[in-house]
Amino acid sequence: MREGILLFPRPARRSPPALRLRVVGMGALALLIFQAACKREERGFRVQPPSASAAEGSRMTDFQPGPRTPESPVKNEYEDNAYALSEGKRLFQEYNCSGCHFNGGGGIGPALMDDEWLYGDKPENIFETIVEGRPNGMPSFRGKVPDYQVWQLVAYVRSLSGQVGSNAAPGRSDHMQTSSPEQSRPRESPKLSGKPR
Amino acid sequence: MKRHKETQSRYRVTGCCCAALMFFQDLSGAHSSVEPATPQAGRIANLWWVMFYVSVAVLALVTAALIYAVFRRRSAREQTAPVDLSPNTNRERKATRAAAVALAVTIAILFVLLGLSFTTGRAVSFLSNESPLEIKAVGHRWWWEFQYVDPVPSRGFITANELRLPQGRQIVLTLTSNDVIHSFWAPNLMGKKDLIPGQESRLIFRPEKQGVFRGQCAEFCGFQHAQMGFLVLVESDGDFSDWYNHESQQAVQPSNDSEKRGRQVFLSSTCVMCHTIGGTPANSNIGPPLTHLASRTSIAAATLTNSRENLAKWVTDSQKIKPGNRMPPNVLGPENLDDLLNYLTSLK
Repeated sequence: MREGILLFPRPARRSPPALRLRVVGMGALALLIFQAACKREERGFRVQPPSASAAEGSRMTDFQPGPRTPESPVKNEYEDNAYALSEGKRLFQEYNCSGCHFNGGGGIGPALMDDEWLYGDKPENIFETIVEGRPNGMPSFRGKVPDYQVWQLVAYVRSLSGQVGSNAAPGRSDHMQTSSPEQSRPRESPKLSGKPR
Repeated sequence: MKRHKETQSRYRVTGCCCAALMFFQDLSGAHSSVEPATPQAGRIANLWWVMFYVSVAVLALVTAALIYAVFRRRSAREQTAPVDLSPNTNRERKATRAAAVALAVTIAILFVLLGLSFTTGRAVSFLSNESPLEIKAVGHRWWWEFQYVDPVPSRGFITANELRLPQGRQIVLTLTSNDVIHSFWAPNLMGKKDLIPGQESRLIFRPEKQGVFRGQCAEFCGFQHAQMGFLVLVESDGDFSDWYNHESQQAVQPSNDSEKRGRQVFLSSTCVMCHTIGGTPANSNIGPPLTHLASRTSIAAATLTNSRENLAKWVTDSQKIKPGNRMPPNVLGPENLDDLLNYLTSLK
């Protein structure tokens, strides 16, 4: 018989069962690893933000009669969410926070990238500062900014002094930036000065 | 979840059908490059038709050659006979000649098309410069800002998502972007041009046909890129100057109590942080200006028709309509919402 040219020559013999098992095992392992890679940060557009009530009843000072009652800390989920932080960065410009705080460096208003916090460094304190306003210049944004945007701003304000994780904090600006990006800011350990300027 | 999947697959099917139909539908559309409304778009349409017919001819020839080859297969006797692989100079020369001729024809066609494309490009980018109307277009995620620049600064104004143009007058459109790269594409008027942040580019054309045309962002810019549309209304000179004079006015004053309360709702809630209404303290330029909102035909970047119902949906939960857009959902009481809508729909 004349031998024709085969386009897809058949293999001479099948691979041994042990080898096949190993190949299948490796494949399954690779699939598992890829599965893990599928976990992705969520961009919730209609998610419930930490509610405003979480910030209610926060103390402005640690000084209190009798023994000190510990406060339950408020967790702001937006601090681990890169999208929320970048939204906070955008709103910081758009709502003209930069008009007084100058990209966090301070000018008309106090600096936000240092370790000094006049009215508290906790997320709930910053939330209250934005919503209520503070004497000597900080306006009250109550009713003008939705709660979830305030929480985005809170997360971003804390990223200015390196309080949030570097894997979520903004890594670059749309415009020229003279300071280092929020992502690589050193983490300042906050101290309360307690003396409004 | 299952429902979601079903909806998704339905969308996909609809999408495919739309893509298939688009070619035929587009031929009689307000978003079509083969129904030109400007001389420049006319040149582009001509080029398109030349390329179309040349491509059809090439496709027909290639297909015919292929069909001929399929039917002129080897006979059963030829297939069993031993293959003769000895060199045959005569046959070789013939085959080489045929391939060379086909290659030469291909190159010639490509060069002719290149030349046509070049001359069209030149014709499209030059236009005599007689008293042009200057408009600045700024791209935002995800809406279009159109600034009408007037020699008298106080008469200049900004509008959103609707570009009105006078017929027969030269338009100089200066394009730039506020955030990411967008692209201005109104196929009836002109080819597309990118809007680049921090840089200005210009598009010059002269609309010669009245009508309503649709434009679209043509550079992927984020979640709502597909829904970033705009309308171009080409009107007679008289209609245009009436509209222009009206647009340069401040917003109308509220005429009854409900509208007055509506204005109060607007000024004391989140609206005021991003929108402008001329003649009120609302003066922010983050969102589209609403000074003459009721005189526009669409809202949300040509996504919804401008009706009271759509406006209510948009104000309360725009994230359902266009997920990821910059408008926050607003919780307003029924009376407040009603008053606000009365006020907004009065802004003729």
